Amino acid sequence: MNPIVDGLVRAFWLLISFDPEVYSIVLLSLVVSGAAVLVGAATGIPFGAFIALRSFMGKRVLLSVLNTLTGLPPVVVGLLVYLVLSSSGPLGPLQLLYTPQAMVIAQLVMVFPIVASVTASSVSSVDRKLRLRALSLGADGSQLTLTMLREARTGVLTAMVLAFGAAISEVGAVMIVGGNIRWFTRTLTTAILLETELGRFGIALALGIILLTLSFVINVALTRLQWSGLRR
Amino acid sequence: MMPLIEASHLAKEYGTVKALEDISLAVNSGDFFAIIGPSGSGKSTLLRLLGLIEPPSSGKILFTGQNATSGSDDLQLRFRREIGMVFQDAVLLNTSVHENVAYPLKVRKKPQSEIERRVKKSLDAVKLSGFEKRNALELSGGEAQRVSLAQALVYDPKLLLLDEPTVNLDPRNATIIENTVSRLNQEQGTAVIMATHNMQQVQFLASEGAILRDGRLVERGRISELFDSPSTFLSIFGVIGNVFEGESEVGPDGLATIDIGAFRKIEATAGKRGKVTVLIRPEDIIVSKEALQSSARNQLRGKVVEISQSGQRVRMKVDVGRQFLVTMTRRSFDEMKLELGSLVFLAFKASSVNVV
Repeated sequence: MNPIVDGLVRAFWLLISFDPEVYSIVLLSLVVSGAAVLVGAATGIPFGAFIALRSFMGKRVLLSVLNTLTGLPPVVVGLLVYLVLSSSGPLGPLQLLYTPQAMVIAQLVMVFPIVASVTASSVSSVDRKLRLRALSLGADGSQLTLTMLREARTGVLTAMVLAFGAAISEVGAVMIVGGNIRWFTRTLTTAILLETELGRFGIALALGIILLTLSFVINVALTRLQWSGLRR
Repeated sequence: MMPLIEASHLAKEYGTVKALEDISLAVNSGDFFAIIGPSGSGKSTLLRLLGLIEPPSSGKILFTGQNATSGSDDLQLRFRREIGMVFQDAVLLNTSVHENVAYPLKVRKKPQSEIERRVKKSLDAVKLSGFEKRNALELSGGEAQRVSLAQALVYDPKLLLLDEPTVNLDPRNATIIENTVSRLNQEQGTAVIMATHNMQQVQFLASEGAILRDGRLVERGRISELFDSPSTFLSIFGVIGNVFEGESEVGPDGLATIDIGAFRKIEATAGKRGKVTVLIRPEDIIVSKEALQSSARNQLRGKVVEISQSGQRVRMKVDVGRQFLVTMTRRSFDEMKLELGSLVFLAFKASSVNVV
């Protein structure tokens, strides 16, 4: 049978047959990437806002570094995190290598620069006068930051969309630090890699279709949020 | 009586540019103080310093007798929250009108019931009841400026700072803003400091004033005294304008014809009769080599007698019997191939003639 049609049929069956392994893979992908994006947002958004709103020595250099890091190849991130977490590395004693936690850490390293740099650029593009306006209306330091973030909300949501897209679709980092262990650290992308290597194109394609559908649904949700943010 | 706000020897520099130098002034509760000066004279900068949203390079500001420029952040915030500001162009948050006006109360952590009551009262004051749910960024310029004023009034500030609040507005919106501010000043005794170059506005609203030129206060006093000798007053201000004294006659159409001497008459929309002083801003005068087919009521022919260039602007004196100061971009100056002795036409609208 045509591998594409075969893939579609298999994807459909895998989903409606509630294949437990497929669901564990989907769930792990969502949990790992979701956790990386949440932690990335909790740290990257304040960091980006800080860079945008303060003036300090080396601000431009920091922004350039951050922008460069947004393009980090996942394989390189995987390698670096592997070295840090491996038994001889500085965080070796934590024994995190080949666990979902290690995968979250690797994706966080990828996602943080994306969230921070997109947040920084969208907060800096808010009218400078608005900052003076908020001050004149009585905002204190943290209220000012929150106000500026709220004005930049579409940009901040864009950061989250980009971050989630990068996390859920990357394969190099989770492969290296997670190890693609069945029922434990196998995600959609690493499973696709494995099935393709084994020549089982049908199931590989089925997983690919599930991955695409997932990113599509999540992107639509976030984009709707973005538009409602724009209109509010 | 202790002044509400007192500035002494304020200076502000941006890099090597001196925006303000040695500014000292005091304003009491209930005062309506005008800072009069041409664009670029430092009015906005001065208001930002007085509003405590930008620190001076040197000098200090006392608010209710306490040092507001070197005090702790908390103290500065407390003073800042006693001051309301309206900028020249409204800068509003991307949310509803209601949320915009509620914002200053929310950052002050006021209870919800108080917020609702005050927002309603403040929107009533600027005649914007019913606009609560509209997005603030979809308002007209005049409505947006009224929301700005409502934001500044909603927390009953002791001092209101207005930076040319009506300069870009139509007369109806301008009147609403002027009346609201005037009522606040007279009924609640809120002190007002207003930057402006609108002479009518100064006379209508302010009781005291000071003239700011090139970042320095060059004259101050009661407005009635400043206007006592309009020509000296305006000649100080004359860097921005063409100041002439003349006799005004008002025709049946309401237009004034003013004889400024040397057989030159100009038309103005103001209906004032008798001896008047007129001021025409150089920016409002169009220079051309041929007579213009234009709706401008005033067209005068004259000879270029002085040319000075600064940056991309060229200033010229044109003798039409009386000398007029005009300004144009260097590009149009070059295109028109003007030089000393060139004959040119000056055109300006009757509504560009300010009559004092």
